[in-house]
Amino acid sequence: MGITVPQINFSIIAPELIISAFALVVLLLGVFFPRTGKNDYLGYVSLVGIVVAFLYTFPIMGKSQYAFNNMIVADGFGVFFKVIFLIIAFLTVLISIGYARRVDIDFGEYYALIMFATLGMMLMAAGTSLITIFLGLETMSIAIYVLAGLMRGDRKSIESALKYFLLGAFATGFLLYGMALIYGSTGTIILEEIAAYIKSKPELLRSPMIIMGIALLTIGFGFKVATVPFHMWTPDVYEGAPTSITAFMATGVKAAGFAGFIRVFFSALGAFQPDWIAIMWLLAVATMTVGNVVAIAQTNIKRMLAYSSIAHAGYILVAFVAGNELGTASILFYLLVYAFMNIGAFTVVILLGKRGEENVLISDYAGIGFKYPLLGASMTIFMLSMAGIPPLGGFMGKFYIFSAAVKAEYYWLAVIGVLNSAISVYYYLRVTVFMYFREPEREITGLTFSPASVVAVIISVWGVLYMGIFPSDILALAQRSITGLL
Amino acid sequence: MAENVVMLFQWLVFLGIALVCIFASIMVISNKNPVHCALWMVLTFLATAGLYVMLHSQFIAIVQVIVYAGAIMMLILFVVMLLDLEVELRSRLKFLYSKAIGGFFAVLLMLGIFYAVITRVLKGNVGSFTPEKVSAMGNVKAVGKVLFTDYLFPFEVASILLVVGIVGAVIMSKRREARKE
Repeated sequence: MGITVPQINFSIIAPELIISAFALVVLLLGVFFPRTGKNDYLGYVSLVGIVVAFLYTFPIMGKSQYAFNNMIVADGFGVFFKVIFLIIAFLTVLISIGYARRVDIDFGEYYALIMFATLGMMLMAAGTSLITIFLGLETMSIAIYVLAGLMRGDRKSIESALKYFLLGAFATGFLLYGMALIYGSTGTIILEEIAAYIKSKPELLRSPMIIMGIALLTIGFGFKVATVPFHMWTPDVYEGAPTSITAFMATGVKAAGFAGFIRVFFSALGAFQPDWIAIMWLLAVATMTVGNVVAIAQTNIKRMLAYSSIAHAGYILVAFVAGNELGTASILFYLLVYAFMNIGAFTVVILLGKRGEENVLISDYAGIGFKYPLLGASMTIFMLSMAGIPPLGGFMGKFYIFSAAVKAEYYWLAVIGVLNSAISVYYYLRVTVFMYFREPEREITGLTFSPASVVAVIISVWGVLYMGIFPSDILALAQRSITGLL
Repeated sequence: MAENVVMLFQWLVFLGIALVCIFASIMVISNKNPVHCALWMVLTFLATAGLYVMLHSQFIAIVQVIVYAGAIMMLILFVVMLLDLEVELRSRLKFLYSKAIGGFFAVLLMLGIFYAVITRVLKGNVGSFTPEKVSAMGNVKAVGKVLFTDYLFPFEVASILLVVGIVGAVIMSKRREARKE
């Protein structure tokens, strides 16, 4: 009996291949050409790799081709997310150059792990079988656990890594168990075959086994995107991890979690939509409310941004509940604009620190607006965008999400979302108030701005403004990306 | 008649393995000496391998013994010996509310499983690899064939996953050279 080799189509996984190859190159460069204290060149090599992968992402756009026995697909949805992840990875590496040296973690492994994590995210978005999605998630998570704990001299960093690792491993267990139950009841791990099997056997809709599986999947993905009953780890982990990695986690991991969430729930379990909507509705309301209310009380900017990231996951869940075409497109739009504004805000946090003095308290921001006018203005733009003030990108993102909810007739959800958005204005504006209207209690001096981070701030400001003023292009792109998914 | 005897025998073997499995698992989590826990865990793994054999999956049974009972338990024992666990040994079992709540949910879940098994509401789909087919084909061949054809891509991704794991373990445990001064 011969073995039939599956059709191998490397062009479909070209971005993944390039990212892995560059990750390995950076890993080896870091080992064989270590330039102690001057490892910034590794960051530039990573940037080249990300840009090359980016260029190879576009040829596969709109192909909708399966490869490797339906394990992975190159469709609009996957490509859109790959673009988001590559932008996030690009900005993360950019802000790491300089910062990584400051906190003594600038070795080859640091950049290699960022790229491996990006690879995992891309697999989560492009995977069309439960096993590919799971392996992508694990690749991403393990790289992030390590990245979170790289500052080994810092107790908080160690705490962050350990907490994330233990809880993350537990959540992975839930996810895997859920996948196993779904596999057990449908006999396949290919998402579309699962959907077809459920369609052919309507009695499965009441099968406790598969419903249990869906519940466990919700917990697993809900943990990764930090929705409310599963959010406990977020503030501690975000606070302790190196700030560049916090930015990466808050944007990349969340986007990847939603990519997997949407892919599995919409293409495989679409028949169960009436069942999961009630749960998602509750999750969305709880996530938005808890995130926003607790964020008000924070004094540390990294913790505040952690709670704000929980709240943003809640807004995205609103669109998830809406479940219509506009809703899904608005999730893609929102995740992109969220990447720009969040990484931008964390970059400002990085720029305001120096070796041995990170200045992460909100009170440290007093007087910054006049001392560093451009930095203050950028931070104001990011905060206003997160609060959802027009004409910035964050406003358009929320506008699309809430209109999707209204269109799907979830009026209460939209109302609660808008109220939450109003609450959030308080704590976002508080940062601005500190920057412009408070006298500094102590002088922050001797800041050296790394040019790469400044470039990252400029790109983020541009992204937030562009998506706020000309949102229709990107929304149209997002709408085209999701055809065939719903 | 002969078939009935075979059935009875199989059932008895299953019962024995299952009881050993449950007993050993309880010992793993209730024992305070970590080395004893690890040894009970070896027994759990071996009993699970027995269950795989009964399901006609000899290959997975052997892998279970080699990888889990052999390699992984070895590592766990090493780590246990390298760490100082005296404190753990001397501490008393304390009553905690979290434990009580956890126990309550564990019992609840167990009753759920009992209910599901007794009423047989859980019906899964039957895949293409039935025990007869696997026996005819040979276990190793069946696993190898799907691994390198259908699951080629996940198989390769798993190698990246392992690289990430190894790099992570090395970087977290490596002695860091003094950088400044």
